[in-house]
Amino acid sequence: MSSSIESLVNKEYQYGFVTDVESDTIAPGLTEDTVRLISSKKDEPEWLLEWRLKAFRRWQAMTEPHWSNLKYAPIDYQAQRYYSAPKSITPLQSLDQVDPELLRAYDKLGISLSEQKHLAGVAVDAIFDSVSVGTTMKAELSKHGVVFCSFTEAVHNHPELIKKYLGSVVPYSDNFFAALNSAVFSDGSFCYVPKGVRCPIELSTYFRINAANTGQFERTLIVADEGAYVSYLEGCTAPKRDTHQLHAAVVELVALDNATVKYSTVQNWYAGDKDGVGGIYNFVTKRGKAHTNSKISWTQVETGSAITWKYPSVILQGDNSTGEFYSVAVVNNMQQADTGTKMIHIGKNTKSTIISKGISAGHGQNSYRGQVKMLPKAHGSRNYTQCDSMLIGNKCGAHTFPYIEVANNSSITEHEASTSKIGEDQIFYCKQRGLSAEHAISLIVSGFCREVFKELPMEFALEAQQLLGITLEGSVG
Amino acid sequence: MLKIDNLHATAGDKEILKGISLTVNAGEVHAIMGPNGSGKSTLAQIIAGHPGYVVTAGSVTYEGKDLLAMPAEERAQAGVFLAFQYPVEIPGVTNAYFFRSAYNEVRKANGKEELDPIEFLDLMEKKLKLVEMDEAMLHRSVNAGFSGGEKKRNEILQMAVLEPKLAILDETDSGLDIDALRVVAGGVNALRRPDNATIVVTHYQRLLNYIVPDFVHVLAHGRIVKSGGKELALELEARGYDWVMEAA
Ligand SMILES: Nc1ncnc2c1ncn2[C@@H]1O[C@H](COP(=O)(O)OP(=O)(O)OP(=O)(O)O)[C@@H](O)[C@H]1O
Ligand SMILES: [Mg+2]
Repeated sequence: MSSSIESLVNKEYQYGFVTDVESDTIAPGLTEDTVRLISSKKDEPEWLLEWRLKAFRRWQAMTEPHWSNLKYAPIDYQAQRYYSAPKSITPLQSLDQVDPELLRAYDKLGISLSEQKHLAGVAVDAIFDSVSVGTTMKAELSKHGVVFCSFTEAVHNHPELIKKYLGSVVPYSDNFFAALNSAVFSDGSFCYVPKGVRCPIELSTYFRINAANTGQFERTLIVADEGAYVSYLEGCTAPKRDTHQLHAAVVELVALDNATVKYSTVQNWYAGDKDGVGGIYNFVTKRGKAHTNSKISWTQVETGSAITWKYPSVILQGDNSTGEFYSVAVVNNMQQADTGTKMIHIGKNTKSTIISKGISAGHGQNSYRGQVKMLPKAHGSRNYTQCDSMLIGNKCGAHTFPYIEVANNSSITEHEASTSKIGEDQIFYCKQRGLSAEHAISLIVSGFCREVFKELPMEFALEAQQLLGITLEGSVG
Repeated sequence: MLKIDNLHATAGDKEILKGISLTVNAGEVHAIMGPNGSGKSTLAQIIAGHPGYVVTAGSVTYEGKDLLAMPAEERAQAGVFLAFQYPVEIPGVTNAYFFRSAYNEVRKANGKEELDPIEFLDLMEKKLKLVEMDEAMLHRSVNAGFSGGEKKRNEILQMAVLEPKLAILDETDSGLDIDALRVVAGGVNALRRPDNATIVVTHYQRLLNYIVPDFVHVLAHGRIVKSGGKELALELEARGYDWVMEAA
């Protein structure tokens, strides 16, 4: 465990700065013309514009879903801006052409984009508002045949892969936010690992929202071909602003036969202030399709955003495939999270594991929503779900909504749930040993989250623990 | 070292301590005995800084400082240690990590250098021997799933690590088998120095054969009703508490 949590416990949201860059930002509003404009800014082929337009028309016919346990004022989709990009970025430029101001912004976030100083063993795609600033370690990766680049670049350089897999896991008609994303998505990351290749380094994307009144709508697509392995990390931050900003992303994972995709997220969007002013509205659709003998594993640490609506899921399509979901969701102050997963067992002998840890402090409301579905032909399948909630203080809430459907008689599901309160006695015990209340809480909470943290890659595990400390700052009276 | 003067304390509406006075000097061992519910643990918890009690009158001075004005963690950093009657479980946090955090926090507060995990393990090896505990215990979560006796032993292990100036053992002997009792008492004795002091809360004279007290106090209904030397414990064992309470 990290001993640096302590030093960070009392820090405020440290990513709340704004970078002063001249941007090309389009006018607020969303019409077919907006979709065409975004597509033309990206110089897209006709087939992709057509796909966007189909999505847009579909979206217009849909209504915003309200089945979640989230309360927020109606979102005015016509008041949003759907595209903003620093002027200095030209499509498909290389990293050494990047505006130094942008590089400094990433340095401040702890991410070095220059090839000399990059984090050993991690390749980074840096997305700034609606565009990719650049991707590191491409040359190293291409030696292994691994494609890792911005989505825009992939559309130009690997159209056959994009055509084949775009929307293959999350169709544009899937849900309101997925349809919106499909219509207006601006950038994101694309990764393809060829047959039998074990991607030698961690891949990561760092999402940064900078522009005001602009939403971020990114799209990530990861394809692991037969027998391939890839571990991918995602991090997110945004400046402090007193208006809500919309983030609606789609992530699609494809694990072909015998492949493994491990996807980790540390979500730290600006959460709003103590009174719930400002903060990101985070509506995300993440889903993976697991083919025969393959494995898809989601790990998420959700500490930011005013509102989180997110259910990373796995379609266990192939026989003997495995789906995993490990989650820590923290809400403090006025934050609300409605998050969980769906495990859809279609193939025989498929296996899924769900470990969810919800932590609520302040006036935060945390809901776990999970669906486990065993279809008639998913003989011999198993699910294990463990869903634990921890409450800090007595103004917050924890809720669980498990949905279990088993349509054959050879499958087994297990569900365990617990709710605990950080006791005064636990805190006193730690204090009696010389620890401060803040230190005590981050220690108790880290212990509570241990099963999830151990799933994170090393560098991220530390960051995640530090984040917990910051998020829970001031949660003990 | 510790001076308690006319201490009154309540929990909820209930007055639990009704005027306790007690002086403990460096190098001394004090035993506190008394019937169930008489206020022994309450006294121990108030010295340690538990927030659940309200001191309504009196004072507690520790090394010349107003102890009651110090937050619990500062008291711990200043050398006050409580071995809990009911040690608390912290799932998912290993003993090793917890002990090291505590140890380093106390070191830091006293202007000393912190130990890294490797150095700390070296230190732990010696301390484990003192209470005859297996290294495997270090890698288990703090008190989680420990047997009653293991929890008590784990408290003394922490005391051995932190080397407090003032240690209060609240019924550390309850739930220990004969061998464990000897080991734990041996550990406590090994930690005794002329410049530290120990308060032992117990129901059994048996423990006092191992940890020999300089003073024995009887606490009943929130007051110290009788004090004496180690022979008082023997007398209590033979005659029970009624005679002391009647005489008081
Ligand atoms: N937080 C509290 N609220 C209300 N009553 C309390 C509280 N803490 C202790 N008491 C009461 O105060 C009295 C003294 O309790 P305490 O635990 O100090 O006794 P004790 O002498 O340690 O007893 P034992 O020998 O059984 O451990 C008991 O009647 C107990 O129920
Ligand atoms: Mg007691």
